[in-house]
Amino acid sequence: MRLLDGRDLLAPLPTVGRRFIDDLERSGLAGRGGASFPTATKWRAVAERSRGDAVILVNGAEGEPHSKKDRTLMIARPHLVLDGAFIAARVLRARRIVLYIGERHAAARDSMLGALAHRSEPERGIVSLAAAPPRYVAGAETAAVHFVDEGLATPTTTPPYPFQRAILVQNVETLAHVAALARSGEAPDSVLLTMAGGVTRPGVIEVELGTTVGEAMARGGGPVEAPRAVLVGGYFGRWMQADEAWRLPLTREAGIGCGVMGVLPASRCPVCEVAAIMRYLAAESSAQCGPCFFGLRALAEACAKPAELGRLKRWAAEVRGRGACKHPDGAAIFLSSAIEVFAREFEHHDAIHQVRRVA
Amino acid sequence: MSDERHLVVDRIKCDGRGLCAEILPELIRLDDWGYPILKPGPIPEHLRPLAERAIDDCPVLAIAMRRAEKRS
Ligand SMILES: Cc1cc2nc3c(=O)[nH]c(=O)nc-3n(C[C@H](O)[C@H](O)[C@H](O)COP(=O)(O)O)c2cc1C
Ligand code: SF4
Ligand code: SF4
Repeated sequence: MRLLDGRDLLAPLPTVGRRFIDDLERSGLAGRGGASFPTATKWRAVAERSRGDAVILVNGAEGEPHSKKDRTLMIARPHLVLDGAFIAARVLRARRIVLYIGERHAAARDSMLGALAHRSEPERGIVSLAAAPPRYVAGAETAAVHFVDEGLATPTTTPPYPFQRAILVQNVETLAHVAALARSGEAPDSVLLTMAGGVTRPGVIEVELGTTVGEAMARGGGPVEAPRAVLVGGYFGRWMQADEAWRLPLTREAGIGCGVMGVLPASRCPVCEVAAIMRYLAAESSAQCGPCFFGLRALAEACAKPAELGRLKRWAAEVRGRGACKHPDGAAIFLSSAIEVFAREFEHHDAIHQVRRVA
Repeated sequence: MSDERHLVVDRIKCDGRGLCAEILPELIRLDDWGYPILKPGPIPEHLRPLAERAIDDCPVLAIAMRRAEKRS
């Protein structure tokens, strides 16, 4: 079953009950919002706590700068996403569905609202809309819940995790796969990617699980020039040497994350690129936790100074696991993989730029 | 199950004045900005009383003891 090229039909929902969670488990579906958490595990945890009062929070915030796949999906298949949400509501006995859609993603929002208008009165009655602020951390699950509760899209301390309050936070693509599984009985076998950076046709594609990054790149028209590296999984993903990445099969274990595949052309300085992204991630900290707020700022500054490489590595290790949300962890994984893959460039950054200026 | 406990810090509450690290340097050190880094693993029995003091003395009540955390 395919997500993007299927027709977005409005049809009666399949009958599903608690047993659907077993199907979900067998299918191996994992979250497509970035963390690849097993969907069935989360549903079980919410089902256990629901007293007919669960909440389904449909995460369409898509705060990742290069990602377009959630928007594209909401525009192409709004009924499929809604089906996934209504199926979740039935299985988990929810009284409420919240569509949390990026404030600036107007076409996606209008598409979802347009589809909603065609649903039955009782279905429409439980759905509301929340506009996610255009900040990176606004899509983190506790930030989404905080926004719905109190109008603040900042992460909160866990526990309590949302599932402990019978709130299911689920990415829109994950919900579309849920709906496809419930309708066809076949395990979801595709994944949405956003091809970005030095690729001929940047944009969203759907590929079968197991497709290599190289094959996906070919569908994007190939790289515009010789590629140096690929950032697999967006800003919380990891860097890989281009040739190694090209051979990587995009399986559930591959660390697809949010599905962004960013190609870095060989003519660009990787260290400057990495430093710019670190500055962005530092600025997007919600500034609530010291290790994240001070740590990411210091990391971003130290990035472009090779003399500080030792400290850079130590700080990157130290900030992990020391925020209320996983923002510092994502940034640290990103940076650590960069230091490995671009070891030579980090070591000789000043010299490289001096040579470039002279040349 | 044993009565193993771990230290946890509420990262949003903690304002990094580092009193906890002064009280319990065996398990808590500070990063370059003054925020606590916890030694992983359970609190050894003989350090329990000091851990309790660190918890009580934290000016913003950001630090606590918890049984090993389980998800779901
Ligand atoms: C800083 C941060 C930002 C995130 N942004 C998004 C986002 O924009 N969209 C999204 O679906 N998940 C985002 N996530 C992941 C969510 O916390 C959550 O894991 C996800 O929505 C759960 O859905 P899934 O299991 O279907 O992936 C983010 C996580 C973090 C730590
Ligand atoms: S870890 Fe960073 S982004 Fe997450 S809540 Fe703390 S300060 Fe905000
Ligand atoms: S004493 Fe409390 S506020 Fe101070 S550093 Fe330790 S945990 Fe943070």
